[in-house]
Amino acid sequence: MCQVDEEYSGLIRSKPSPISYKKCVKCKHGSAVLTIRSGDGFSFKLQLGPFEQYFYFVLQGLSHDASKKLRFIPGIIYVDEGGAIGLSTEERKKTISQLEDIFQNTSYPYHIVPFEEIFRLPASVLETMRPTSDHSVSSYKWAVAQFTQDIRTGQSRESRDPSLEDCFSGLDTRDWSQKLPPSADHTEALKLLFASVKTLTAKEDLLQTLRLHLILYVARQAGYTKIMVGDSCSRLAVKLLSSIALGRGAALAMDTGFSDPRYDDVIIVRPMRDYSSKEIAFYNRMFSVPSVFSPSLDTMAPDKASIQRLTETFLTKLQTDFPSTVSTIYRTSEKLHTAHPPQSSDAHPAARCLLCLCALDTTADDCSALHATLQSEWLSQNRGRGNSPVASGPNSAPDQCCSSVRGCATSVGGGGGGSCCSSSNQMPVSSDLMALLCYSCRLTIKDMATVATLPQYVVTEADRRKRR
Amino acid sequence: MPVTCSCCGEKRAVLKRPKTGHSLCKECFFRTFEEEVHQTIVSAKLFNQGETVAIGASGGKDSTVLAHVLKVLNERYDYGLKLLLLSVDEGITGYRDDSLETVKRNQQQYELPLKIVSYEELYGWTMDAIVKQVGMKNNCTFCGVFRRQALDRGAMMLKVDKICTGHNADDVAETVLMNFLRGDISRLRRCTAISTTSEGEGLVPRCKPLKYAYEKEIVLYAYFKKLDYFSTECIYSPNAYRGHARAFLKDLEAIRPSAIMDIIHSGENLSFREGVKMPMPGSCSRCGYISSQTLCKSCVLLEGLNRGLPKLGIGKHHRLHGKILAQQPLSEQEERRLKAADF
Repeated sequence: MCQVDEEYSGLIRSKPSPISYKKCVKCKHGSAVLTIRSGDGFSFKLQLGPFEQYFYFVLQGLSHDASKKLRFIPGIIYVDEGGAIGLSTEERKKTISQLEDIFQNTSYPYHIVPFEEIFRLPASVLETMRPTSDHSVSSYKWAVAQFTQDIRTGQSRESRDPSLEDCFSGLDTRDWSQKLPPSADHTEALKLLFASVKTLTAKEDLLQTLRLHLILYVARQAGYTKIMVGDSCSRLAVKLLSSIALGRGAALAMDTGFSDPRYDDVIIVRPMRDYSSKEIAFYNRMFSVPSVFSPSLDTMAPDKASIQRLTETFLTKLQTDFPSTVSTIYRTSEKLHTAHPPQSSDAHPAARCLLCLCALDTTADDCSALHATLQSEWLSQNRGRGNSPVASGPNSAPDQCCSSVRGCATSVGGGGGGSCCSSSNQMPVSSDLMALLCYSCRLTIKDMATVATLPQYVVTEADRRKRR
Repeated sequence: MPVTCSCCGEKRAVLKRPKTGHSLCKECFFRTFEEEVHQTIVSAKLFNQGETVAIGASGGKDSTVLAHVLKVLNERYDYGLKLLLLSVDEGITGYRDDSLETVKRNQQQYELPLKIVSYEELYGWTMDAIVKQVGMKNNCTFCGVFRRQALDRGAMMLKVDKICTGHNADDVAETVLMNFLRGDISRLRRCTAISTTSEGEGLVPRCKPLKYAYEKEIVLYAYFKKLDYFSTECIYSPNAYRGHARAFLKDLEAIRPSAIMDIIHSGENLSFREGVKMPMPGSCSRCGYISSQTLCKSCVLLEGLNRGLPKLGIGKHHRLHGKILAQQPLSEQEERRLKAADF
């Protein structure tokens, strides 16, 4: 199952050296030749949406050059977010038919999934799968052995892990290629969901999170073990800086690294992260790679509409004044690593965020930004207590108090040992939910008018975790 | 209809806290603000009973509020601290001389001893003289490096146990952003720490009791308490790059007020790959101050000034450290590169 890993390392090695890359930018003739070389790995690549729209697509392998031929068959997943953005059915149909033309030309399997499908996802999508490989030598050897065996038996195509199929046997398996239009009910529910989110910042964050769940589910259903996304270094720089601003510092490495192991059984890889959006645009132009434009949540939005949008504008401007900005940020990210390695969370499966599935970063000590914020909220709305909560043991009191205000990760089990001051339970519905979320996802949920609009699978899984 | 205070529920609210969005009356705001600083001090164990603590006082809003709050809390919670004010006189006419007057008034208002150390007595150069030689560009480098050391030297003269500075949440968040943009991993790692130990930044441990206090709330606190502070920008060129980060942070705060705390949270939870090279702390072979190179930055800057080669300390010229130490002249080519740009 891990044969694809091998292929990636091959790709990385075939990357052009920075020096030759510089040359190719300077001289136009040279550029074409060199780009073909670098393109060997991705002999055909889809860049959908020229205006930096987020599209998760699967890159195409299979070069004409037999010596570097990729030995996996990719599939394409396209998530139609028209329902979340508020496009009309006609607009969505038009975009999809354009995309289908492109996809059919590739002759690879493709899955066009309407975003409405999130309302039919099973709660198991949020469960942590057993870690299939711990990246040790033995498992690598096992993977290679498995791969060679697969070759011999001739089932290399989309090699399905039989044990993985066991996992899904209980789920309702759907054929995504049926191309059924999303039901009106679900489209309405999707509209309600996004209408209940008060800020564009949170909308974008939620869209991204739920989309990943959907892609993850489709990938698992179809038996893919890797998801390739087209993040370029330009986009990753924006993502890095906006993630910092959104409080996702702990998940930074996972969110932007070359490979993202947070889902255990399906690994997200970002093979395009060494290329700038400009290079990709040039490549697409020179090789006439077809693309389709489709609006996203922040299309036509003003510069300061959301944190993500503001960051993008800020970085674009800074890049013109200081041309090394993007590459510096990008290199900074390479020096980061995940705060809590996912392997260690095996013993405590509850310690992961319900939504983004990253390790919870809310168990910080008394002197932290999270704690200071909770303290401020508590102090700003508790009258008459005077100095008592502070005077009576400054180390223990705030902890117990804040769990009733917003829910501390430390008291996931609920109750909190009786000494919990049951003061302002402002958000009875979501305070339980908050305890299951990481710092940044809490911010997103906080921006929602109601959590009742969240898809059922999120609620079901939250209930299950709370009972644990 | 007037909004009532969300804390006491009786009095009329006079402000909406930028940090949490709650509306508070004046008394409740004072109480919560002071309480939060107290919580920060207690939870981070910033001070020990009986310590002598120097407050880095510039006369600006942050250090004035810090001095006021520390004095109040020291009495209220019986920290048992001996507080004193420590100011640095950079020698900037029309800026620092005025702000030092404010500090002198604060000294009387708060009845705290005051010590002023000046660049002139420590280095033999005022900022005015430096700018005359260096020009408007890069002079912040001199000022920043010298101030760091001046505070330490002043603190050692006073034999204090700790220095606390008025850095607020906005400053910390801004520094996180800036170090991230610059790819400065070692500073990124250090900048969110609330206190530095002696082997960290300087010789005397430093701390930031206002680390979680929003700049806006500090201004409000100073305003409602009618504190005497000085508010003018430095007359020499502001740090352009920091300016970008600051403007970005203000925009972020406008979109989501919690962004400042969120950035600090991010900074606190970043972790770095093993094996990323970190500079090894050593000491300067000329003045003995902490330095990762053979010569500390301020000695190199000073040498540059004294030799008439101001660019010696700007950028990286480690190769020349040997020559400087041996008091050897530089080659003509080297000198040409390091002279101030002609205008």
